[in-house]
Amino acid sequence: MQDDNIPPAIELRGICKSFGSVRANQNISMSVESGTIHGIVGENGAGKSTLMSILYGFYRADRGDIFINGQMAQIRDSRAAIDAGIGMVHQHFMLVDDFTVLENVVLGAEDGLLLKRSLLKARTLLTRLADEYEMSVDPDAKINDLSVGQQQRVEILKALYRQAEILILDEPTGVLTPSEARHLFRILKGLRDEAKTIILITHKLKEIMEVTDTVSVMRQGQMTATVKTADTNPDELAQLMVGRKVLLRVKDKAPVKAGQVVLEAKNLSMTDGRRLKNVSFSVRQGEILGVAGVAGNGQTELLEVIGGMSEGSGTIRLNGREIELSGGHANARQRRKQGIAHVPEDRRRRALVMDFCAWENMVLGYHGDDLYNFNALFMNNSAIRSDSQKRMKAFDVRPLLPESTGRNFSGGNQQKIVLAREFSRSPKLLIVGQPTRGVDIGAIEFIHQHIIDLRNAGAAILLVSVELEEILSLSDRVIIMFDGQIIGERVTSDTDENELGLLMAGIEGRRE
Amino acid sequence: MDFVTAVQTLDSMMRLSTPLIFACLAGLFSERAGIFDIGLEGKMLASAFFSAAVAALTDSVLLGLIAGLTASMALALVHGVASITFRGNQLISGVAINFFASGMTALIGQNLFKIGGRTPSLGDKGRFLPIDLPFSETLANIPLVGPLYSELISGHTVLVYFSIPTVILSWWILFHTRFGLRLRAVGENPEAVDTAGLSVSAHRYQAVLICGLLCGLAGAYLSTGMAAGFIRDMTAGKGFIALAALIFAKWRPGFALIACLLFGLLEAVAIRFQNIEIAMVGTIPLQLMQALPYILTVIILAGFIGKAIPPKAGGIPYFKER
Repeated sequence: MQDDNIPPAIELRGICKSFGSVRANQNISMSVESGTIHGIVGENGAGKSTLMSILYGFYRADRGDIFINGQMAQIRDSRAAIDAGIGMVHQHFMLVDDFTVLENVVLGAEDGLLLKRSLLKARTLLTRLADEYEMSVDPDAKINDLSVGQQQRVEILKALYRQAEILILDEPTGVLTPSEARHLFRILKGLRDEAKTIILITHKLKEIMEVTDTVSVMRQGQMTATVKTADTNPDELAQLMVGRKVLLRVKDKAPVKAGQVVLEAKNLSMTDGRRLKNVSFSVRQGEILGVAGVAGNGQTELLEVIGGMSEGSGTIRLNGREIELSGGHANARQRRKQGIAHVPEDRRRRALVMDFCAWENMVLGYHGDDLYNFNALFMNNSAIRSDSQKRMKAFDVRPLLPESTGRNFSGGNQQKIVLAREFSRSPKLLIVGQPTRGVDIGAIEFIHQHIIDLRNAGAAILLVSVELEEILSLSDRVIIMFDGQIIGERVTSDTDENELGLLMAGIEGRRE
Repeated sequence: MDFVTAVQTLDSMMRLSTPLIFACLAGLFSERAGIFDIGLEGKMLASAFFSAAVAALTDSVLLGLIAGLTASMALALVHGVASITFRGNQLISGVAINFFASGMTALIGQNLFKIGGRTPSLGDKGRFLPIDLPFSETLANIPLVGPLYSELISGHTVLVYFSIPTVILSWWILFHTRFGLRLRAVGENPEAVDTAGLSVSAHRYQAVLICGLLCGLAGAYLSTGMAAGFIRDMTAGKGFIALAALIFAKWRPGFALIACLLFGLLEAVAIRFQNIEIAMVGTIPLQLMQALPYILTVIILAGFIGKAIPPKAGGIPYFKER
């Protein structure tokens, strides 16, 4: 596939970049052959995004050189990157929601002062590209009306319209269904066959194995290895990412001893009746019920209604007692009193106050407990501090500094603070959303083990996650949500990723 | 109400709407680019003062206009520097400009002319004069068409004739040119503009300067077109009414025109019909009539009239390094 006479599409030599005292990229050298798919893996904060931002002109490197096709390039800004033939598909799409596909494609690459001609030219080119790479998308549709997968295609088309020869994709599959992801990989392979160079940033090792030719591993700002994908395996890559052996599977998952029903939901809807519609299910003692689905199909609303953050209709029974879904007693505080612990999806906005100390965050929602108060007026801060310290230690929060503010902890340790708060009061029911989003691999193992331990201790657990692997490895039963409704239910041991993937895309299963 | 009165009311609606139309378009350009501007009022006032002052000193309406536009654009630039370069709070910057303009015009006016912050009355060369269109005298006697032509269409100053073409031009620029596309993109998702290799700041500065220019026209019209001289705080909240019209129009030029005409009509009615008798209710007091445009403004700003979705990135400073 490569010839020694062809210079690499991208070559980085000794790239360094620091933010204050944080050394995000330390002396990174990398070379990407032309016409290949090159994966970059690493944990959050390993420096992948910083490196790509340097390549796309968002940041300037402190030191180091960039060569594009053997020529030294000065990439001062995005304009220079585009001129050098680099296109980037960002994790959060850089699209104007209110514009049509065509308008988004031409923005910044217009042909002359008037729009009409640019749009006409883009329309012809778009049709051609769409045929060539099976990327059909209505050029006149507004971005708002497109699915996430289609929006991503617009981003790729945008780069191709600018004649990008090198395409960088940052975590492209995070928001896609499995079938959309497979479609994306087909497109990428098609582009590679047209001699385009693709850099794929991801934390999903399976994807790396599936689609890349070579892979580079980053850890703590350094490039620790570059290997041919064919010569490696997921376990080795995980070890290179973390620096120690990691268990990719959950251990000690004893078979379910289904106890009595703890949570029973009947015809549950959100009050506006649009994003959550007539959902019924139950969770038993000692059971993890997984909720699978592409983000935005009602899972968030389900958690909010059960957690008491939004009003709903229908009925919920906890151990046979009905819980109020609207009115004065339908709030998060009442739910906690009734024995429902909640680990929200959005850690930074709903689970923690980022500017509060760890010890303050440790009692949020439980601050009314007798242990933490002298009387109705005064809180017992020293009791809170010592109790928090104890709980943080039990959950291995690092650094073990109760006085440090929320935002000073890494994503994984922030999540551990939330878990320490919610898990250690033996809840009857735990509802948990995206427990490992933005958490590094080492901490994922830890969090998964604690969820299993809580289940083994007899709690009922409702687990919402967009990571299908997580659902499959943790839960005993799975319900699949699509468009605010439950589209199917499976016992985990009787199903697989393919079947769930189809259900997630709204295609009803064969055993309905 | 007879026909002639109706036509005369519409005629004053046109005159009263003109400053609103310019100011509203000014806000439209700025806010479409993501810079909220409650300093329209201040910029209009500065322009009104400097137009009248320079026109009074030089006896040239054109020099006055240039001075007014310069003053307004200078203030717009201040707002731009505060909210684009220094990423400050756009509301605070706007409020500051309003207070600054109100105080400064009175201070300089008093120092210069010593008649209580006013400028002297402008002579014919110092202001825009009504233009009588050809045949308005002769056609005036033809029923229906005559009064319409001679009262409503003829006899306005050049700035009034400018207002509606400016609306059309703004619409065309925003929706049919490369500049307009980029400007709207900057207000909706500046990151998309940045990653497309364009400068967010440059586009926002351009929008803010256009805003200054249009506010300048509005202000100059107030003191040298509609009136013959400057008096203290003569904008009397027109900048805020224009802002309300902008929200009412959901940031669209065509609707902006309609909204401004509506506010103009209310004002015209309030001036012309000082005592309206309504059966069963009695006489509506003059004060209520005069308060009508402002009451409507409050209702619109409080969000009673439909859902108006502002440009998504409006009011938020753009930070490149996240």
